[in-house]
Amino acid sequence: MAGNTEPLSPRAKLAVTAGKAAAAVSRAAGRGSGSVIGGRVALKLDPDLLASLARHLDVVLVSATNGKTTTTRLIAEALRASGPVVSNALGANMPAGITSALAGGSDAKFGVIEVDEKYLATVARDVTPKAIALLNLSRDQLDRAAETRMLAERWREGLSGSKALIIANADDPLIVWAASASANVVWVAAGQEWKDDAWSCPSCGGVMQRPGDDWFCAECGFRRPMPSWALSGDHVLDPHGSAWPIKLQLPGRANKANATTSAAVAAAFGVPPQVALERMFSVQAVAGRYDVVTFQERELRLLLAKNPAGWLETFSLIDGPPTPVIMSVNARGADGTDTSWLWDVDYTRLAGHPIFVLGDRKLDLAVRLEVAGLDFQVCETLDEAVGQAPAGRIEVIANYTAFQDLRRRVGN
Amino acid sequence: MSDNSLRVVWIYPDLLSTYGDQGNVLVVERRARQRRLDVQRLDVRSDQQIPTSGDIYLIGGGEDRPQRLAAERLIRDGGLDRAVSNGAIVFSVCAGYQILGHEFINDLGERQQGLGLLDVVSTRGEGDRCVGDVLADIDPKLGLPPLTGFENHQGVTHLGQSARPFAKVRFGNGNGVGDGYEGAWNDTVFGTYMHGPVMARNPHIADLLIKLALDVNALPPADDRWYEALRQERIAAATENA
Repeated sequence: MAGNTEPLSPRAKLAVTAGKAAAAVSRAAGRGSGSVIGGRVALKLDPDLLASLARHLDVVLVSATNGKTTTTRLIAEALRASGPVVSNALGANMPAGITSALAGGSDAKFGVIEVDEKYLATVARDVTPKAIALLNLSRDQLDRAAETRMLAERWREGLSGSKALIIANADDPLIVWAASASANVVWVAAGQEWKDDAWSCPSCGGVMQRPGDDWFCAECGFRRPMPSWALSGDHVLDPHGSAWPIKLQLPGRANKANATTSAAVAAAFGVPPQVALERMFSVQAVAGRYDVVTFQERELRLLLAKNPAGWLETFSLIDGPPTPVIMSVNARGADGTDTSWLWDVDYTRLAGHPIFVLGDRKLDLAVRLEVAGLDFQVCETLDEAVGQAPAGRIEVIANYTAFQDLRRRVGN
Repeated sequence: MSDNSLRVVWIYPDLLSTYGDQGNVLVVERRARQRRLDVQRLDVRSDQQIPTSGDIYLIGGGEDRPQRLAAERLIRDGGLDRAVSNGAIVFSVCAGYQILGHEFINDLGERQQGLGLLDVVSTRGEGDRCVGDVLADIDPKLGLPPLTGFENHQGVTHLGQSARPFAKVRFGNGNGVGDGYEGAWNDTVFGTYMHGPVMARNPHIADLLIKLALDVNALPPADDRWYEALRQERIAAATENA
């Protein structure tokens, strides 16, 4: 195998050891997995550590606004067909967390790494990946994040000199703008339901024309590239025109899109689509997302939706009425402290569902639903909401910290 | 306008609908319908003409480049100017507010001409971006309860002689000049930095615009229960954070 033939430098070894010690202390103190603190300590001792750790691996980076944790899992499962994989599966996706994850996988052949959008260009420079998968870009946490188009612009500049194979979504104009300055791009028609961050041409500012699934700018000619891979219903179409069935335990169109991109990545690493897609079936839940749990003798499906594009994809995968829906929204630091985005989500799609609302910002959601003309009940706790919900499995949708709160409450 | 109809125009959602401000359109629509008005909502993209026959025009916030493009296209179009001359009501937020003034600083760092419908000039602040909950008292002339909103901007807006401050800040930044004022208005044109969206937290502003458009002094009551609960919570939060 292509494992670590060249040993790490003494400095790098020391950094890895110190990082593991710090992580252990953090774990012992009950502060989570300790992966971020461990990585921080290690990077401080050896700033080149990330590059040294990655040198022995065939690396793929995965970045996006939505779906990066799930896609990272799907790719990791697919590549395990061909050798051991190291991955930041828990979603610690900034340089410290990535360093820590890689330090834990000395026997690995492949590195499958989720990267926060803001750090993609930096990490891509440090780890010289073989491939980079770009899924989608849309508005997220606008009280602190960079503008969405500026993010695409920074990706474009950062990736233009990269030797990596870019595997990118042809259906998201911002992704196409980010990827199209690179030399080697594989376009995947993975779809993108949310369109409201790309009505303005990223190249010239002209108004984008979007007939059917196509898109183009009539002013400068920037247009959807011809994809070589595509999601078509329940199948992946490969560049030879063969259709491979997608079999997932994960629900929804967005996950079929993630599987399609993952199959294209796997092919770039020599794993054929059939093998890759069969292996992806084993992925059941990703960091608690999509998990079905029993709570108060009721079945709850836990769904994470952090921004308007994510809520839109989530609405399209839930069971139809009269399935009860519980929604929980917080606005703590990790969520973004502005709740205005609730108004970019089309809640009228929940008409007919019994709706229960909770979370720190349940009143913002209550006004939103009132204006959408929906009936709903505001609850103080999950227990109360579940107690009031009519029969049947309950869909529970929450944003980031609200989701963590729910997982704690149901003991997941 | 005709007796029972209200034409609401949402300007350039393709450029200026990034911060949830389309909620303002939804609240105006909802509250007008609850008063049995026949509402026509018209979303106008930036490659379409602005109709001059609207009763209420709403403009939202957006990122820096879309703001520049929107200002260029609105000036070239000329429709909003004509609508205001005909007595239309305009309510604008953040980037949209700056566009209605005489000038603002665009994404290229240049001074760019606005529509001049409000006597204000915007520059870019030197300090930190203003982000967070705001509580302010609205100009008593408008007879409205306190303003609650969420600000997220780098802009600083200076008021000229013929613009009145929309509100006086208790907690937060507002126009960012240091005089404690937030937003601006004249007879029929309003501007604010408040998101939230602002009408979801202050439905009385939506009612005010409807009353101005209908030229009436009062509207039948609407169910304000959830708005009021949200207002109390956000006012308490702004007070605590200060």
